[in-house]
Amino acid sequence: MKIRPKIGVVSCSGECCGLGTLSRVATRLVLEDLRNDQTVTICLPLFLTGEIQEHGFAKEYPTIAVDGCGKLCAKKAITTYSKEPAASVDVEALLKEWEVESPKNRRVLDANNVKTARRLAELLAEKVDKIQEAP
Amino acid sequence: MKKPILILPCSGIGKSFGSIARDATFRVCDELRPGKADTLCLSLLVMGDDEARNKVASSKCITIDGCPLACSRNNVERSGGRIAVEFRVMDLLRENRGLKPREVTFLDEDGEKLSRVLADKVAAKVDELMEEPE
Repeated sequence: MKIRPKIGVVSCSGECCGLGTLSRVATRLVLEDLRNDQTVTICLPLFLTGEIQEHGFAKEYPTIAVDGCGKLCAKKAITTYSKEPAASVDVEALLKEWEVESPKNRRVLDANNVKTARRLAELLAEKVDKIQEAP
Repeated sequence: MKKPILILPCSGIGKSFGSIARDATFRVCDELRPGKADTLCLSLLVMGDDEARNKVASSKCITIDGCPLACSRNNVERSGGRIAVEFRVMDLLRENRGLKPREVTFLDEDGEKLSRVLADKVAAKVDELMEEPE
C-alpha cells in the first residue's frame, strides 16, 4: 500500500486586496472540507520568521503556494527557506484566465466571490491529488 | 494631511483568532475610519519589500495578533516600525468570556461579535493617535 504524503497548502492571506481573502478562503475550504485528512497549513508570517521547525514544514510536506497577486510572497518564501513548492497558483493571473472579477470587498466575499473561492479550492484539491499520486 | 495609522493583523490561518484580527482590521480601514487607517500585507513586509518597510518605518502602527507567537508585533519591530499600540485577540476573549468563536473560513456569530468589539477599540485608538503630533 502506498503511503500518501500530507500536502502543505500555504496561502499568502495578503491584506492589501480581496485576492488575499480569496486565496485564504479557498485554502481553508481545502483544509476543512475538500481534502480534510490530506492537507495541513502554516501561517505564512510565522513560516517567514520562524526557525528550523517552521522552515522544516516545507521540507516535511510537499507544498502548494497560493498567492493572491503577482508578488508571489508564498511561493518565494517557500523557495527561499525550504525548497521549491510542488505546485503554485497566482490567483490574480488565474482569475484573468477564467475571466472572473476580483473581489471588491476584502472583508466579506459576495456570492459570486464565494463561488470563485470554491472553484479555486477544487483546483487546489486536484493539485493535492496529483502530487499525492506522483511516483 | 496626516498620515493614516497603519494597522497590521497577523491574519493567522489556523484558528479563528487570526480571522478576527483580519476582519476587524478591514472594518476599521474600509468602514469605520477610511482614510485615517490603512493596512498592508504582513507577508510582503516580512519578505523585505522596500515600499512596505518604508511605509511601516514612517507610520504609527497598530498590531493585532491572534496568538502568543505575535507574528505581527515581532515582524513590525524587526522591520523598524513604531508600534503605537498592540492588541491581542486573546485579551479580548478574556474580556468577553461568553463568546466562543470557532469558525476560521467565515466567522460565526461570536467571531463577528468579537470582530466588531475589536474594531471599535482599534478605531478609538486610531482617533487618539491621529490627535497626537506626528
